[in-house]
Amino acid sequence: MREISARQITETVRRLCMEACYYLPDDVKKRIEECRREEPFPIACGILDKIIENYRIAGENSVPICQDTGMACVFLEIGQDVHINGDIEEAVNAGVASGYKDGYLRKSVVSDPIERVNSGDNTPAMIYYELVPGDRLTITVAPKGFGSENMSQLKMLKPADGIEGVKDFVLKVAEDAGPNPCPPIIMGVGIGGTFDKAALMAKKALLRPLDEKNPDSFYAQLEDELLEKVNALGIGPQGFGGRTFCLKVNINHMATHIAGLPVAVNINCHVARHKTEVL
Amino acid sequence: MTVKITTPLTSEKARTLKAGDTVEITGVIYTSRDAAHKRFIEALDRGEKLPADFKDAVIYFAGPSPAKPGQPIGSVGPTTSYRMDPYSPRMIREAGLTGMIGKGRRSAEVVEAMKECGAVYFGAIGGCAALLAKCVKKAEVIAYDDLGAEALRRLEVEDLPVTVVIDSEGNDLYRLGREQYLESLK
Repeated sequence: MREISARQITETVRRLCMEACYYLPDDVKKRIEECRREEPFPIACGILDKIIENYRIAGENSVPICQDTGMACVFLEIGQDVHINGDIEEAVNAGVASGYKDGYLRKSVVSDPIERVNSGDNTPAMIYYELVPGDRLTITVAPKGFGSENMSQLKMLKPADGIEGVKDFVLKVAEDAGPNPCPPIIMGVGIGGTFDKAALMAKKALLRPLDEKNPDSFYAQLEDELLEKVNALGIGPQGFGGRTFCLKVNINHMATHIAGLPVAVNINCHVARHKTEVL
Repeated sequence: MTVKITTPLTSEKARTLKAGDTVEITGVIYTSRDAAHKRFIEALDRGEKLPADFKDAVIYFAGPSPAKPGQPIGSVGPTTSYRMDPYSPRMIREAGLTGMIGKGRRSAEVVEAMKECGAVYFGAIGGCAALLAKCVKKAEVIAYDDLGAEALRRLEVEDLPVTVVIDSEGNDLYRLGREQYLESLK
């Protein structure tokens, strides 16, 4: 049994919150720059240039890339042979509170969805726990902005809707979102499972590096096909027209019930922040 | 070509701007978003004075991140504008607002008020908050301090880069730009 202290978790989460909000992951930068080179429409090129300039400024000055530093989504993969000294939920929330305060990140959480009074320290975090083999603890912090979260959708399709139904739904979500979620976007798609699992798969799909595909060749091809179709809509960066509306479609899939075909689409803007550390 | 404008923005000036124009704004603008807008409308309902004079003013739909020491403001990009759609028509008609900066689509009711009163809707690049912050020279909270990031702020900006998305005749760059791009592929 390996011991990990709650304090170590707090310190790691604190640092990951700040780093995620200041420094865009390399795979996202690479993909934006690739799309810029391939973009044929002048207005769209100008916008992509500004987006590149923006993440450079943020990185050089250690300031938030986007003012919406999001709700802190924290994914914990806990090795079965790890023992945590202290309260893990409190440890994560303490890390979020101090990271958002000391890192000059925006506090964007209200304590109650109807009363809507700001919680003051960006807690609670949205925490996901997963037990895995081994004696390590993997922590991923993904600050999630709500401009794109608000444009996400889930639908319980019928089995008879099949693959065409899935494609139509993904295209509908893209069309409905249009300029609102700060395109270029990333689409995380969860297919199968239950209502909640589909949504979680979609969210986790946003964490997958943009230069990796679904390991199943059928779904890898579907990712490519959907990307092509979504970009053919012509919405473009910021919705001003162009090719680069979507940087990547990432699909996760799993088994489902004989009666159902759940499909969830979680959208992230180009500020696709996430940072991982293994303890 | 880039049009340079200095606030206040009169409706006469607003009417000269066309969808697709790139504009650089200099002068005083205000930031406010969901919670502050709700309070503006409640104040109008009660017949009270608003906490700032919005006649010929420009509101930037934004809630900045906190300023680091020595900086006037933190990162400050636009928030999605449709959430202000229930409030904007009255801000235009009753408070005299002539300019809004945000991102994303607006409702038919907002566009109707813009056409009627000569107001314009600008888009700033969503997610480019560190870049946009460089144009802010001064910022102060002037009301609703309890709302934190959502407080009403008065900003002094220099050459803030925006694009006219919907002009005072109702022309919409989201439709026009997309059509132009798809046409260019033929």
